[in-house]
Amino acid sequence: MTTAASGQAITYLEAISQALDEEMTRDPRVFLMGEDIGPYGGAFRITEGFQKKYGEWRVLDTPLSESGFVGAAIGAAIMGMRPVVEMQFADFISCAFDQITEVAAKNHYRWGAPVPLVIRAPFGGGVHGGPFHSGCQEGWFFHSPGLKIVAPSTPYDAKGLLKAAIRDPNPVIYFEHKFLYRRIKAVVPAEDYVVPIGKADVKRVGSGLSVITYAAMVHLALEAADLLATEGVDLEVVDLRTLIPLDKETIFESVRKTGKAMVVHEDNKTGGIGAEIAALLAEECFDCLDGPIVRIAAPDTPVPFSTPLEEFFLPNVSDIVTAARKLAAY
Amino acid sequence: MDVSTEIKRADLLRMYYYLRLTRTLEDRITALYRQGRIVGGVYTSHGMEAISVGYASALERDDIIAPFHRDMGAFLIRGITPGEVVAQYLGKRTGPTKGKDGNVHIGDLKRGIIGFVSHLADNLPVATGIALAFKIRGESRVVITNTGDGGTSRGDFHEAMNFASVRALPVVFFCNNNQYAYSTPLRLQMAITDVADRAKAYGMPSEIVDGNDVAAVYLAAKRAIHRARSGAGPTFIETKTMRMHGHSEHDSAQYVPRELLEEWKKKDPILQAERMLVQLGYADEATVRDVGEQVAKAVEVGVEFAEHSPLPDGPETLDGVFATDDEVVP
Repeated sequence: MTTAASGQAITYLEAISQALDEEMTRDPRVFLMGEDIGPYGGAFRITEGFQKKYGEWRVLDTPLSESGFVGAAIGAAIMGMRPVVEMQFADFISCAFDQITEVAAKNHYRWGAPVPLVIRAPFGGGVHGGPFHSGCQEGWFFHSPGLKIVAPSTPYDAKGLLKAAIRDPNPVIYFEHKFLYRRIKAVVPAEDYVVPIGKADVKRVGSGLSVITYAAMVHLALEAADLLATEGVDLEVVDLRTLIPLDKETIFESVRKTGKAMVVHEDNKTGGIGAEIAALLAEECFDCLDGPIVRIAAPDTPVPFSTPLEEFFLPNVSDIVTAARKLAAY
Repeated sequence: MDVSTEIKRADLLRMYYYLRLTRTLEDRITALYRQGRIVGGVYTSHGMEAISVGYASALERDDIIAPFHRDMGAFLIRGITPGEVVAQYLGKRTGPTKGKDGNVHIGDLKRGIIGFVSHLADNLPVATGIALAFKIRGESRVVITNTGDGGTSRGDFHEAMNFASVRALPVVFFCNNNQYAYSTPLRLQMAITDVADRAKAYGMPSEIVDGNDVAAVYLAAKRAIHRARSGAGPTFIETKTMRMHGHSEHDSAQYVPRELLEEWKKKDPILQAERMLVQLGYADEATVRDVGEQVAKAVEVGVEFAEHSPLPDGPETLDGVFATDDEVVP
């Protein structure tokens, strides 16, 4: 467990851990459920030391049963608790799909009882996880009214969005990118703060073209922007942070300014979030577009295991640079 | 079982009233359906009324039910009025879900009712989470959930039973074994004769009771509730019964042998209850007639209320997808 201290840089993983710790201290209704999160501290050690601090009934190791423990978290949430469940890997969320989309998502709409539930889902590739430990599942839930979806890219956003998710009266799926866990560090405020759900963040201001992205891809977009700056191609990087509800205004504002839009995501291309953003831009910003809407995304295959295959699969900086040059030339 | 010493006269008479109210209300709804005045399906507990009347009568006010679609008696006992039920069937704004959901999908937290999800057994993990909330907060409350024989084939049934038993949660699992899941007979649903055998695998005590004997159901529920409230953990209760109508009223259930229905007709729960009350000297012909008049009047008042209630306006479709902060304690 990392305690908050002003001026100290923390990793993305530590930011998640701190948010959980601080929320559990602040609100006795907050409790954690998941596989191996107790004495072991979770597959990624995010809850290391938590059970010792908060006891066995607030840091519950569950049987291997994603549907069962998500359902249980829904029941506890209906009763006024604030459960945070951990998927060991986001890929396993498929086992709980029915509880999430049919029970949690529709509950308030159907009979009015709020379900203040957070599902933490460690997702994404680049970690040699293969087809069952590397996927992006946000697209499945993007199409299920009643859920909120967030996917932070920085330690600051990771901490602030997790706090906002825990305080939200709705089911929130919190996609945390495994590749970022220990690879990025940043100073976050020592005092309590939240990053509001539903607000995108312009991570780099630019005038040439808008790159709309989220999670690990934000860092590739920023890298591409640095490379292209020397060529006079000025990227604006819009980090969505929240996927549902989507901050359409920030997206439209950026594209109205630059006139060009590229959507980058790690999820498969077909039916991904990029498709929806492209459609929205075509509907709302058609008259200010100076070039085609470009999508950079993973091909429509499972995430492969072997290094050259996974490198081929994942969008990379050079994909963004090449596409940006082409788009900028319009 | 000596009913006269184990159940108070007033409680038995109250159960009899609710058996009759349930039958009369569901028969009236079926009639409305045949007249084409009800949209959507009609799912009744005809011939199985003793199960939900029995278990709901055994609960305290602060307890919770997570019922399934053949538990009308439990709704009525928890305080849902016949008018609200008919309004729900007619899709009226005065129904418990304001037209958002139909028929027996009634949920109301104030009256301790968790809304039913059509995916059978989905509410079982939810029930375990309700029980978990009680346990974490040290509350002396219990939850009863119910599903059918078919529902016990689903993974959620097994995940819920297992988790409840591992954590000794205050939940009682009922299984309405009415021999058919839609058209599928028990022998094609499972390779065992008694559903209760499933409980053994989870180290959970179970009981098999005559589901058409309201006193037997009530007493079994009382025992299980006592066990749950005292902290000893969950119980599984299989109630043997027969579905006397089709799965839904559109289904003539030709696949059920007529002799089987004839045999079970003799075991009708209302006739059984009447015989018992007369034998105990708690009721006579006049009581039976009076109760019949009371419930007929209650149902007619309800139908009148529902038919004169407004339908929701189309744009209300958009309301309530998300809960707002003011709906929950911050």
